[in-house]
Formats: sequence, structure tokens, C-alpha cells
Amino acid sequence: MTLGLPILSTLIWLPIIGGVLVLFLGRNREDFAKWFSLFIAALTFALSIPLWTQFDHTTSAMQFVEKVEWIPTLNIQYFLGVDGLSMPLILLTTFTQVLVIASAWNVIKVRVEQYMGAFLIMQGIMVGVFSALDSILFYVFWEALLIPMFIVIGKWGGIKRIYATMKFFLYTFLGSVFMLISFLYMYSLSGSFSILEFQNMPIGMTAQIFIFLAFLAAFAVKIPMFPVHTWLPDAHVQAPTAGSIVLAAIMLKMGGYGFVRFSLPIVPDASMMLDWLVIGLSLIAIFYIGIIALVQSDMKKLVAYSSISHMGFVTLGMFLVYDIIQNTGTAGGAALGMSGAMVQMISHGFISGAMFLMIGVLYDRMHTREISAYGGVVNKMPWFGFFAVLFAMANAGLPGTSGFVGEFMVILAAFKANIWYGIIAATTLIIGAAYTLWMIKRVFFGKVANDNVEKLEDLNKREMTIMWTLAIAIVALGVYPAPLVEVMQSSVENLLIQATTSKL
Amino acid sequence: MNFVIPDFAPAIPEMVLLALTCFILIADTIWSKRYKFATYYAVQATLVIIAVLILTSFTTETIITFDGSFIRDSFADILKLFVVLITFGIFLFSREYLIQFKFYMGEFFTLGLFGVLGMFVMISANNLITMYLGLEIMSLSLYAMIAMRKDSAEAVESAMKYFVLGALATGMLLYGFSMIYGATGSITFNEMAAIIATGEVDRVVLSFGVVFIVIGLAFKLGAVPFHMWMPDVYQGAPTAVTLFIATAPKIAAFAMLYRILIEGLPGLVQEWQSLLIIISILSMAVGAIVAIVQEDLKRMLAYSGIGHVGFLLLGIISANPDGYAASMFYIIVYTITSLAAFGMIVTLARTGKEFNKISDFAGLNQRNPWLALMMMFIMFSMAGIPPFVGFYAKLLVVEEVVSAGFVWLAVFAVVTAVISTYYYLKVVKAMYFDESQEKGPISAVSKQLNWGVSFVAISLLALGILPSSLINLCYTSLAG
Repeated sequence: MTLGLPILSTLIWLPIIGGVLVLFLGRNREDFAKWFSLFIAALTFALSIPLWTQFDHTTSAMQFVEKVEWIPTLNIQYFLGVDGLSMPLILLTTFTQVLVIASAWNVIKVRVEQYMGAFLIMQGIMVGVFSALDSILFYVFWEALLIPMFIVIGKWGGIKRIYATMKFFLYTFLGSVFMLISFLYMYSLSGSFSILEFQNMPIGMTAQIFIFLAFLAAFAVKIPMFPVHTWLPDAHVQAPTAGSIVLAAIMLKMGGYGFVRFSLPIVPDASMMLDWLVIGLSLIAIFYIGIIALVQSDMKKLVAYSSISHMGFVTLGMFLVYDIIQNTGTAGGAALGMSGAMVQMISHGFISGAMFLMIGVLYDRMHTREISAYGGVVNKMPWFGFFAVLFAMANAGLPGTSGFVGEFMVILAAFKANIWYGIIAATTLIIGAAYTLWMIKRVFFGKVANDNVEKLEDLNKREMTIMWTLAIAIVALGVYPAPLVEVMQSSVENLLIQATTSKL
Repeated sequence: MNFVIPDFAPAIPEMVLLALTCFILIADTIWSKRYKFATYYAVQATLVIIAVLILTSFTTETIITFDGSFIRDSFADILKLFVVLITFGIFLFSREYLIQFKFYMGEFFTLGLFGVLGMFVMISANNLITMYLGLEIMSLSLYAMIAMRKDSAEAVESAMKYFVLGALATGMLLYGFSMIYGATGSITFNEMAAIIATGEVDRVVLSFGVVFIVIGLAFKLGAVPFHMWMPDVYQGAPTAVTLFIATAPKIAAFAMLYRILIEGLPGLVQEWQSLLIIISILSMAVGAIVAIVQEDLKRMLAYSGIGHVGFLLLGIISANPDGYAASMFYIIVYTITSLAAFGMIVTLARTGKEFNKISDFAGLNQRNPWLALMMMFIMFSMAGIPPFVGFYAKLLVVEEVVSAGFVWLAVFAVVTAVISTYYYLKVVKAMYFDESQEKGPISAVSKQLNWGVSFVAISLLALGILPSSLINLCYTSLAG
């Protein structure tokens, strides 16, 4: 509790109300809109810290629970709570949001108040997605998020923004309606929409398979997994920098979160039966999408494909559990994969955010994202070069950065499950390094390519602060990931029990 | 045979409405010369009086009077209240439009009141004759209202279409009525139900009767394949009239559906359920797909309305009281949303410049960000995206149809919902992403309309965040 207020509700509604205020009060008052938004984002982040400090590591039960009747006719509740799986994601959201607001400072020139307002509203909704424990409440937040994102990409995006935003909206909407049908079906069996109730109720095998596929449709689109990933490069390339950061750092995590909150605990038998499907698609994403990233000439597209490839590790780590238990008979290795997947989600949040920021910095100065338009940037922007190389190394999974921790854990688990999984997954260390470092080489090193590069100025104070913050986070998580793993531990163990207990 | 004086009390709102409407009709000829808007204010006051009368005598019991021809229950009271509320909004929006397009006439409002009277009778009908009476009172007023702009060829053409097809539909309906009467020997709904339940009735005649009745109902609701009149009439009629035909009569049509099929013919659920499934699937598909190519917003909303009827029928198809309540919630939400959508067109229309093309909305966010935001609320509510109330309407009917075991139908429904989202997004896209042809700000045609349409649009959001009381109202009135 903070100031006697329920903390999760505060984290949801403070930014939403703040966003609405910005929309109305900020018209034609850009400075006010910016500072007020930054204030709200910072305040929300500050208020979210007690989630971490007061979190009880020893239990997998839901904490900070709030439960109020919402639509009693259908037994729908305003039911919030967090465990070790969702709490770090909420902190990631509130943390990233501060950087997002700061990153848009001088970039956005038209309708600043609508831009800032949209991002604040999105923040509240995203916290809602991660903390909702009633499936309808979850769905409401899940879908509501599409509206501000639709506007942000379509309004402040690149040249093909309208095509991209339509595609984004319809793709994700189509995926999630099947999830809604599953919720309704389970409600007709159990008489409750509570996610915890769903996790405990028995479901027959046929129904489980359909529910699993429906969930897969919803979450695979969001993550996104091969072959439904095609909206992401379009959306990313066309979105403004802050939009890309929110998409990559947080929204993609919703898909991963969906798997651990819904698929694995609610339909464990179907998950066991169809785990090959997810593993197969993950390995394709890791390998094939990695190769695709290699040939991109647009920096943002490259990072977008690299995101898909990295998210492949998340899904891989989550669904290795069944093979590992079959091979070794213990859940020890499975916990490694699962924790690895969760760490990878947080770490990817930082790294992808950093990568998109980096591209944003260049784009603001030169208004192009073509790799070929650059060359020798480091000569003109030494500080920026330093950060860029650091982030690139993290993206390639260099030990000592957060990118290494999650990937390494998942690869170790993959070897336990099946040596071929391990080998394919490990190729990413080569491919990832190849596409990231090759891009860095072409953009930053060598001779100054042209007059435009000649005129570049190094980072200003605002950009410097953002970069330092992210750099510290990435290195800290890379060197000392233990606190994060500990926070998740009991929840991960509980999840593995749920995922391996038959519900037939 | 001795004459028994029936209990008038349950029908007091209808009687007062009739008396006041007749009074205003006559008075209008006198006072409209001196005070232009006297009729308008009198009509709005009448609606307020009726609403108060219903509220003060609100009943949770079922009262049947006039020798079984008139029924009053909480279902009727709630629907009538919404009819009054919606009509109040319609008149508020219409007045300015009529002035702008220079055909302001007091008759518009009095005809509207007669329409409301017809709807009231339909909602409270307890036998086939009363139902027919109500339907005709309502329809005749609507025909006249569409044709009111007599200098407009389009409007006259719409009125003709609506009249001919409406008459055809009524014919079908009457034919079905006669078959049911022939088979059961009764015209009162509850008696019919009881007689059919005995099983001593000729099922073949009954089945034919049901087919004709369902066709008639589908005509009135605008469900595929009897929907052809909707887009033409919606587009051709003056927007103020479209606003009227697209909203309140739908509530009455739903009441008619409920009274006849569920109260009168529950024994034939097999027959009408399978018919409705086909109609519902076709309506959802046509509503989702054909609307995509429309450039005219009124026409697009007509097709979207066809799709909504498909959804509405889902609740009826589930054939249990919870499902009927879900449908009732759906129709109420749909009429409110429709009121807002057509209200927005009226709000932005000006003398000589209709605002009914999707391209008219281009760049509205630059020209009037507030109304653009309101229109976005309306479009997302229509599409059924949370947190707007349209989502809960879809959620409830789909939930009921899943509970009833038709999961495949639910899947079909949500897929059409996704397809239909595309054209709602097209409007949002036009407002937020496109540049407008005309520069400069545009304001609502009057302050009243600005507030009115904003109020309705914001209530879509408010009801979406706290939907429980409205849902509860529907469920307690039907499911108990």
C-alpha cells in the first residue's frame, strides 16, 4: 500500500487519468504537456517501487490483491494481483515509460499533447494487462491497448504508417478474439471468469487442444512468432521511436506473459502434446528470422527482426519443460529454461528499447534509417558510439550484459532437452553477433561517409541521461541477475508444477 | 354477454401519449404561426411526462388487461423508457437539422410521437391483432416522415421503397399470423403457447406460419436476405429521419420478436431457432463484408446495422432467458450507439452541405479534435472494442451462444466482428491520419448538439467502464 491507496489500481489509473488531463489541458501548451507527462511517468515509476521492495519472495501466491465485484450478473470481478512472473514486467513497464516520454521530447512536433496522452494511457493499460486476474478484465485491457497504439503508429509514423497500423490492429484483434471464445467456453464450464479458477478446473483433452490453439493464436501474434510475425517489421519501421520502444520492450512481452499465465497452467495436457509446435516455431524464429535480419538494409527493420529472433528464446525456454522432464526425470533443468525465458523478457525489454532509442537518435539527426546512408559516425559522435557498441554487444548476447543471461540459461536448458535444440539455439550467438556487429561496423566505423554525417552532433544531456540509465540497467542485470531470478523463483516452481499436473 | 370495464391503469402512459399527441397535432396548426418552436418544446415535454408516468408506475409484476390484449411487465417498461429516452435525443438532434435544411415543420415531431405510440403498443402487445395495430401505427408514421422532404427525389424514392417493402413484409407477417390462428384458434400469445404445448395442433401449418412470421420479422429488423431496403432507405432519407428509423423502431422490432416467438411460440423453438441461425449468419457476413466498400457513411452504417442484427439474433438463438436478456442489452446498446453515430452526422451537417461521406470526416482531428474523439468512441463502440459498451453487448450474446453449445457460431460471429472492425477503423483513419480537403476549424452546428452528441458518446465509455447496472436491469427483467 502506498499512501493508503491500493498500489496496483494506482499504477493503472494514475497514468490513465494523467493522460486524459494531458489531452485536455495540454492543447497548444507543449511544455506543460511534456513536463506534466514526465512528472506522471516518474511518479508512477516511484510508486511502483514498493512492489519490488515489499514483495514476498517466499510465496507463489498472488500479492497486492484487489478484488471488487464489477459485473455481478456474469460473476466478472475487478480482480488484480501480481506474482513473481508479472511483478518484474510491471516494473519494466513503469521504468520504460519514463524513458519513452523523455525520448520524445524534441522529436514530436505535431499534437504533442495527444502523443504524450496516448503514451500515458497506454502505460496504465499495460500495467492492467500484467496485473489482471479476471480473464474479462484482462481481455478488456488487452484490447483497449490497441486503440492508442493504432493512433500513435498511424499519426506519427513513417510513410507507410496507415497500412502498418491497420495491419497491426487487425492482426492482433483477430488473434485475440479466439482467446475470448476460450474464456467464454471455460466460463460456461466453471461459472467464473477468474484466471486462478481456470487454472484449477479440469478440462477434457479435446477442449484443451482447441483452447491451446486459441491461446496460441492470440499470443503468437503478439510475441510475434513465425509465421504470424509479418506485422511487426511493418509496425516497427513505421512507428515513431517511442512507439517502437513500447512495442518491443513491453507489448511483445504480453504474448510471453500470456503463455505463462494462461497456456501452461490452464491447458497443461494440450501444452505437453503440442509443445513440439511451439518449440519448432521458436527454433525457426531463432534461426531463420536471424538470417533474415542479416540482409536488412533498414536499421529499424533489422532490430525488429532481431526482436522476433530473441523472443524465440522466450517461447523456447517456456516449452522445453516437457522434454526436459521426459529426459531427466527432474524439474531442475526445466526451471532453468523457464527462468531463462523470464529473464530474457526483461532483458530484451531493456536491450530492444536501447536499440530503438539508438536508431531514434540517428534518425532525428539525419532522417533516414538506411544503413548505407551512414558510415564513420563514431568520429563525430564518440559518446554515442560508446553506447551503441555496448548495446550492440548486449543484443549479440555478450557475457556481462543482460542479453547473455537469459539466452545462456535457455540454451543450457535446450541442451538438456534435446541436443539439436541446443545446437540450433546456440547458432543465434553467431548469427546475432553477425547482424548486430555488421550493422555497427557499417554505421559507426570507417571513414566519415558523407557531408551529412560530417555535420552530426554528439548526444545532448537528455539523450545522455537516457542512455546511461539503460546502460546501467543492462550491465547490472548482466553482472548480477540473482535478485531477479530470486523474485521469480517460487512462482516459476509453482508454474512448473501446474504445467506438469494433468487436468484431464 | 355483459360488458366489463377493463383495467385502464397499466395503459395510462399510452393513453396520455395519445391524448397529448392529438392535442399537439391540432394546436400545432395554430401556435406554429406565432411561435416557431412551440411544437418542438411541447413534444419534448410530452416525452418527459411519459417517462415520468412510466417511472412512477414502474412494475415488476406482469399485468394483463383489455381482455388479454395488452401486457405490462418490467420488460415492457424498460424498453419503453429507452424508446422515450432515445426519441428525446432524436428530436433534440433533428430540430437543428430540419432548420438547416429548410424543411422544419411541426408535423415531423407529431408524426414522431405517433411513431412512439406505435412502438409502445408493439412493446405491450399481448396478441397478434394488437401487435399488428402497433406495427402499422409506427410504420405509417415512418413512411410519412421519410417523404416529408417532398422536393427531394431521393427522399420520395426512399419512402416508396420503404412503403412497398414494408407492406410486403406486413403481408407476410399477417399471412403467418393467420396460419397460427388457424392452427391454434387463438390470437393471444400465452394461450397460443399453452395450446401448442398440448401437442394436439397440426405442426405443418404451424411451421409454415413460423416461416412467414420470421420472414416478416426479418424484414422489419433488416436481416439478410430481407435487408435490401435498409441501405437505400438509410441513404435516401433525410439524416434526421434516418436517425429515427435506425434507432427507436429497432427496439420495438426486438420487442415484437420477443413477444411473438418467445412468449407466443416457445413450442416451436426448433423451427425458429434453425431459421434464425441461417438469418443471423447471413446478416453478420453481409454486414461485415459489404460495408467495407461503402463510401457513404449512412450507407455503411446501414450495412453495419445489418451485421448488428445478426449479433442480436445470437441471444435469441441460444433460446434461454439469459440469452434473451443478452439480446435486450444488445439492442439497447446498439440504439444508443446508433443515435450517437447518426447524431454526429447531423451535428456536423450544415445548410447545403451534408456531412455523410467518409471523406467528409478526413482530418477532423485537426478541425475539431473534440468531436473527432467522440466519433472515435462511437466507432470503437460499434466495433465492440473494450472499454466501450459495444464490447459488452457482443460479449454477452457471444457468451450465451457459447453456453448454448453453438461454439462454431460464436467463432463465426467474432470473425465477422474482426472483419467489420476494418471499416470502423477506416473512419477513425480518415479522422486522424488523413488531411482534409477543406481547411479551417469546423464546429458543431449548435452548442446544444455539441453537448448532446458528446453526452451520448461519453456515456458509451462510461457504460463501458461500469456496465453492471444496465446489464443487471436487462437480466432481472427477463431472466429473473
